[in-house]
Order: sequence, then C-alpha cells, then structure tokens
Amino acid sequence: MAAAAASSCGGAGCGPHCSSSSAAAVEDAAAAAAEKVGRLSLSRECGKCGGGAAVAVAGGLGLCGECFRANLFGKFKLAVTSNAMVRPTDSVLLAFSGGPASRVALQFIHEMRCKAIESWDVSNSQALPVFGVGVAFVDESVLCSKPRDEIEMAVEDIRSIVSSFSTGVKAMHIARLEDVFSTESEDGERRLREVVDMIGDDTGREDFLRCLRMLLLQKIAMENGYAKIMLGSCASAIACHVLSATVKEHYEIDNSTQGQGYSLPADVQYVDTRWEVPVVLPLRDCLAQELTLLCELDSLQTQQHLDRPSNGINSLVASFIKRLRRTTHLYSYYYHSQEENPSREHTIVRTAQKLKPFCFNKFSADGYHDFLPSRLRPKFQKVDNDESTFSEILCLMCGSPFSESELQNLESTKHKAQKKIDLYTAHCCQSCYFQILPAGENLNEHFFSLLPKLWTGKVDTISDSHSLLRDQIEEYLLEENDDGN
Amino acid sequence: MCRRKAPCEGHQVLLRRDDVGTAKKAQLQLVHCSFIGEISLNLRLWKFDIRSERSGNDKGRRRRLRLRRARSSYLRRAPHHSGGHEARAEWRRRRVPFLLSSASCKILCPSQLPMDPAVDGPRQPPARAGSRLCTRCGERKAALKRPKTLEQICRECFYIVFEDEIHQTIVENNLFKPGDRVAIGASGGKDSTVLAYVLSELNHRHKYCLDLFLLSVDEGITGYRDDSLETVKRNEIQYGLPLKIISYKDLYGWTMDDIVKAIGLKNNCTFCGVFRRQALDRGAALLKVDKIVTGHNADDIAETVLLNILRGDIARLSRCTFITTGEDGPIPRCKPFKYTYEKEIVIYPYYAISHIFSCIYSPNAYRGFAREFIKDLERMRPRAILDIIKSGENFRISTTTRMPEQGTCERCGYISSQKLCKACVLLDGLNRGLPKLGVGRTKGVAGGDSDCEQQAKRPERSRSSLQGKHGNIDF
Repeated sequence: MAAAAASSCGGAGCGPHCSSSSAAAVEDAAAAAAEKVGRLSLSRECGKCGGGAAVAVAGGLGLCGECFRANLFGKFKLAVTSNAMVRPTDSVLLAFSGGPASRVALQFIHEMRCKAIESWDVSNSQALPVFGVGVAFVDESVLCSKPRDEIEMAVEDIRSIVSSFSTGVKAMHIARLEDVFSTESEDGERRLREVVDMIGDDTGREDFLRCLRMLLLQKIAMENGYAKIMLGSCASAIACHVLSATVKEHYEIDNSTQGQGYSLPADVQYVDTRWEVPVVLPLRDCLAQELTLLCELDSLQTQQHLDRPSNGINSLVASFIKRLRRTTHLYSYYYHSQEENPSREHTIVRTAQKLKPFCFNKFSADGYHDFLPSRLRPKFQKVDNDESTFSEILCLMCGSPFSESELQNLESTKHKAQKKIDLYTAHCCQSCYFQILPAGENLNEHFFSLLPKLWTGKVDTISDSHSLLRDQIEEYLLEENDDGN
Repeated sequence: MCRRKAPCEGHQVLLRRDDVGTAKKAQLQLVHCSFIGEISLNLRLWKFDIRSERSGNDKGRRRRLRLRRARSSYLRRAPHHSGGHEARAEWRRRRVPFLLSSASCKILCPSQLPMDPAVDGPRQPPARAGSRLCTRCGERKAALKRPKTLEQICRECFYIVFEDEIHQTIVENNLFKPGDRVAIGASGGKDSTVLAYVLSELNHRHKYCLDLFLLSVDEGITGYRDDSLETVKRNEIQYGLPLKIISYKDLYGWTMDDIVKAIGLKNNCTFCGVFRRQALDRGAALLKVDKIVTGHNADDIAETVLLNILRGDIARLSRCTFITTGEDGPIPRCKPFKYTYEKEIVIYPYYAISHIFSCIYSPNAYRGFAREFIKDLERMRPRAILDIIKSGENFRISTTTRMPEQGTCERCGYISSQKLCKACVLLDGLNRGLPKLGVGRTKGVAGGDSDCEQQAKRPERSRSSLQGKHGNIDF
C-alpha cells in the first residue's frame, strides 16, 4: 500500500473498497454483517444495549452500530492509556495512508483530543495542555505506474479528508518518498528509482520501501517537532508481519543460519522506542475486518487508489491469513457453535506477545510516567533485569536488533575492515543482507552510495570515531597474525 | 545387527526349527550372509518360514511365496566363497535385477546400483562440452536441480551430499553414542523407508555401532496401513533389521476405522497422533531401546512451527524445533531428517518407489492448510523452509508466560502435564460414547439428552484401559 508503514495487510487483507461511501454500500455492508450474525446463530438484537439490529460481531456478541463503534473506540483508548502512549505535552504525528485502519485511527485520535479539550475547558487548574495531532502522508507516486492526473486526484482526496478535521489537526504534511534522499527533487527521484531497481527480490523491495517510509516519517517528525509517531497497524497487519518474519530469508555466517525469529518481538509491541521519535501502535487489538466495517457503517471516506499490488512473500502470507479467516467461519458454521470462535489473527498476535520483548519496547526514560495518575504509575515501575542484557546494535536499514552471531560478525569486521563497504555490510542484519543488498562487490558499493545519508551517516560517524581511536593507539596494537617473534 | 556375522554361526541357528523367533532371526542372518554370497541354502528351512509366517491375505502370501521361491532358486546358484572376486561381482550384478524384477521389492538401494564399468557394464558417456555439468564434481552431466539450494548436480553427487548432510546432522548434534539400541519408527512411507536405509548405511559406513530395530504401528486403517505394513516387512528383509509391530487394537481396543466411524472425519488426526505417540513409546519400551528415531523432515517441522503459531500453543512452539525431545522422559526421540527437505527424500530412491502411501483420512486435517502454504512458499523461495525452522529455534519465550509442568498420568503412568494423559482422556471419551471429550476447546461433557441416548444405543465396547496386555509399563 502507499504511504504509512504497515498500516495495511499487504494489500490483500483489507477489503478493496474505494473512496465511494454511498448509502447503497453502507446498506450492503450492514446486510452482509447481519447475515454473518445470523449464520453464527447469535441473537438478532444487539447483545449489549438490547435495542437496534445487530450488525457486527465482537466479543462473541452481536452488536448494533453504536455499540460496535464504542467497542472499537474502547480498545483504542485502552491501548493509548494503559501504555502511556500520549502525554499531554506531546505532539503526535499520525501516519495516514488513506486506508481504513489509518482512517479510523485519525477519527479516534481526533475524538480523544476533542474529549480532552472539553475536560480541559471545564477543569479548574488547566495546568496540563492537550496533546496536538499532525497528519503525514507519504506520496509514493513516483513508483506508481498510474496516470498523473489520477494520482493527483487521489492526493487531493487525501488532503480533503484531513482538512475536514480543521480544528483538530495541527498540520498536514504530504511528503514524497524521494525526499528521504535529498532536498532536490530531481536527484532524489533518480536515486530512488535506481536503488529500487537494484533490488532483485520482490519481497526485499517491499521491505526496503517500508524501511524508507519509516525513515521519511522519522524525518518529518524530527523536522517539525513531533514527539510520537502513531501508526494504524491493526491486528491483521501484525499477524501478517509475524508470519512473514518467521519465513523470511536468512544468510549463512559460518554455517550457522538465522531466521528472523530473534528480532520478531521488537516489531509487534504497542510501543517501539528504537527510533529517534518513538512509534506507537494503538490499533493493535482491532482486526482489519472490523475497521473496514466501521468505515462503511460510519461512512468514513478512504482512499486506496494508490495501492500497488504486491507479489512477494508478504502477499502470500496475507492471502493465507485471509483463507484461514474464511475457514474459521466455515468451521463455526459447520458446528453451529454457540461459543465464540476467536479470530486466528488475534491468536497469532497473542502468540507473538508471549515472546520476550526488547528493552526498547517500553518507555524507560526517567520521569516519563509522571503525567499518569498515581494509581497507574506502579505498573510501569517494574524493572526487568533480563532485558538490560540485550544489545543496542540495530540493523542499518530495518532497525532489527542484532543477534549474537550478527554481533560477532560485526565485531570481527570492525577490526579487519579494509573498505567502508565491508563496514556498511556488517551493519546490515542477515535478512536485509540477503533480501535487499545486491550480490556482487561493485554493485554493493554503488548501492550503498545511493542510500540515504541518514543511514550511511550513522555508520560513518561510528567508523570515524573508531579509526580516530585506532590512530591514537596504533603503535601499541599488535597484528592479529603476529606469532610473537 | 552387524553385517559381518560368520556363516557357520548362521548355519547352526538354522538347524533349530521349533523357535519361530529364532528362525526369523536366522532368516535375517541368512539375508545378511547372502549379501556377501558366502553361504548355500537349505531349501527346507525356507518352506518352514513360509508356513510359520502369517500373511494378511492371499495376495500377500502369493507375493511372499514368489519372493521366497525366486530368492531361494536364485540363491541356490549363489557362488561359494571360494568363487573369488569375479564370482562375487557377478553375483552382485545379478542380484540387482532380482530386486528389480520381484514384484514386491521395488525400493532400490541407490548405492547398490551398477556403478563400476568393469563389472556393471559401460558407464554413461562423458558429458559433452557445453552441456550442464554437475556443480560439485564437474565431470558428470547434471541430472537434477537440488530442491534445497537449486544447484545442478549429478545423481551420484546428490546421493553423497544427501547422506553427508545427514551424517553431519547426527554428528554435530550428538544424536547417538556407540552401543545405543535405536528403534526406527517405520510406517512404510517414504520418510521412514529412506530413514531405515540411510541409517543402516551410515551405521555401517561411519561405524556408529548402533543396534537398529524397526518399530511399526498398525493403526488399523484398511486400504492404507495394511499396504504400508507390507513395505515395512519388506524393509525388514532388505535391510536386515528386526521388526516389531504394535497395533492400536491390542493396545487400546480401538482401530482408526472404528474411531472414524465414531467421531467422523474431523479431529481424527488428534486421536491417531496421540495414540501413535504412546504406542511408539510402549513398543520401544518392549524392545528395550535407548532411543527412537522418526522420519520427520524439514517440511514437517516447518509446518509444525506454523501450526503452533496459528494455534497459540507457546509451550509446543518452544519445543517443536528441538532435534531431540523427551530427554527427561522415558525414551528420547530424535529426528535426523530435521534439515532434509521432503522433496529430496522423494528424489533419493529416484523413481524406485512404486507407490507413495498417504493416509486416506488425512485430507481434512488442519495441517493441510499449513502444508499448502509451505508448498507455495517453497516455490517462491526454497530456503524459506529452513528459515522457518531457524526462526522457531530463535524464539525466546517471555519469562512471564505460564508454561505447563511435566508430571505423570494417574492412570497409566505416561508423562503428562495434566492429571490424566491425553490418550487416557481420549480413550475415556471413546468408551463412554463422548468422542468430543478432550478434543478442541470443549471442556467436560457436551451436554444434552441426545448424548445420553447415543450412549445407550452404542454397542458395548470392551473397556480397555492402558493397563492392558502389555502390563503396567513403568515409564
């Protein structure tokens, strides 16, 4: 999908609903949902409030539109408050892709903000301000093969959706993906096309674009003073990511191979503070289906015209999850089960949650939780000693934490590296090495020369300081192959 | 069993006719010795064997008769040990057509196929310049693309590299120690057949000094298990490994056919898997072995990792990628094929398998989804299968997750994390006419009057508990 990282399910999970939100579509959606409710032999009335026809299933009950909405908003709010995602002094940048998940995130954060303003208005102290919200859209049209005017119309749509929140949204930032390379548009476009063409593997290309998107969002947030980035990643997207990470490519270092199972827990938590600007995922407990349904019931406008079809492993995983979802319904129909048949995506996310998260998966800065009411603070004050032993070395491109073998490889390369290129390569995780980096020495060098300075600059700084240190003590260092003669 | 038993010992055992077991052992010894070609036969003993063995049906008996007669008439012509090298080579060459022509023995041992030009006929002509050469030896023409790495390789190099990788796996993971008694879980399918062959080959070649046995489980599935058991019996003869068959009927009083009649085609794999696991352990305890090896390959393990993620079974997810499991239990079991691709296991006997058996009840298994996904993935990226296994090995479970504790079953003494082991629970359910007991998420009695009525109508089943024929086996 275009724009925000992981706010989709690889293009196949969310329904292919376009920006049309006519009454007919809403009725169709409601009818389809009611039929599903009937098939699961649940009551026709809303299970919660008793009034109104049940149009959706959540938590084992048929719910009317209002209760369904309240259910989803409740999940969103709980995620935000229980993980201390947004402080009153923060400015939050919402990554908006035009899809249903980020549209719902926009709607909900706006509502939360309105409620916060109301309570601020009536409160006596007015000591703490209300958080600010900005919206960012990443324009990837340079890689899109659609005609120019269609793209422009789609971007206009996005602009109009966001501008309807005139009071709530502080600012709207529409940035093109090539801006991550340099400020000049010509050079950036050429470089982006060239570097993407150098990647042979479809899945590698998609993952690389996702990393670039995150980099761009970070850039926008840093330049405009935002404290948090909010993504609309839903449970279905996380489930796809869990399965994709499990099956992704490895690289053999000295005959020991690695899947991405080590770094998987880092990407599936509510909070991710690896980046300069922390990333939060408040819609992590909501399914893509539910969000799409809510968009239809509430006539929330979405824009998915700029979605690109994906060919790699990510799309295979997304279609697999879709097939599982259909099968779950089939089995529940077959058994006329009165019990809730929990969604497969929730189970996958719950499994991933049982894996050990990293130390950067929570806010650990001193005094961060001071804004919380005192009854909630003790929950965040537990210190887990095990987590402090994890490495802080992250992959250059995707940000995955390095596992032991990758660390060992990095250490040995640091001392022996003749060229900068070896150092860059050692700073990439094994998955990126195999999927993204082109094979071949000279191609590799060219590839790294094209990468954004924000990435290669980090390695340059480290290597410069290391070589400075080495210069200072060189006369005292013995060569590794010295026999002591 | 060591292959190099002296012929005179074999002769002495042959003379004792009353003991069927010994005669069978004698038969096996004979087969061993016949591979060396140093013994002549006593026809009367062969007839004795035919009478003493039970066969499933007429067709089986006829097949076996043919085998016996062909073999015995053939071996009558076997050269004495004084025949010399040429005679032995000639005999070896003639033995190969025997294996090919016998209707029942179609699984070839690849390393016995003719290779040496002086003995076995002209070799393949050297590869012409410009045609694809094997990437390993560079001499012979590449005959296939290796599924794991997609490298083009000749047949001989493929056999070498296949066997070598398995040997490396065994050595690096310290799967066996010299003198171990090892039971091979043999179903008659391609995995266990190749496992039996490869393990006996490597045992001999690299001198593991293991005592190998074949252990087979008869689930009582007509049209599948009776056929595949024939294959196992063939393996017993071909590879000279003693065989033990354990049947569900003897152990639990139920066959899979009966179970499917009782519960339908859903969840039957749950019953079969749970029962088979215990059956293997009990059989191994009877054989007094130190280890069980199974033919689970890389595809199976990758599917299991995926299934455990989909089901949220974190306890199994942490264990399913171990190459050896149950080390703290009665008998540990290991999987030498953990990194071997299923496609390579199919290629190894190279068109020599006449029929690949697949269970007639398996199409409805949930595992089928994971299998389809893995197949699609393999087409896209062959290495993905190994990646899934490696990812599974790298999962670190959070310390706050509650994991089940290992105890023993109150009824049968088998290892269990609950009060009763799963097999006892399932068997209980079957005997009480509540087949859903212990399956899926339903806990306790699936209520309603209809079930009680069904219970009354159900014919009386012998309440076999697991303290059955085999006694209360201490695990």
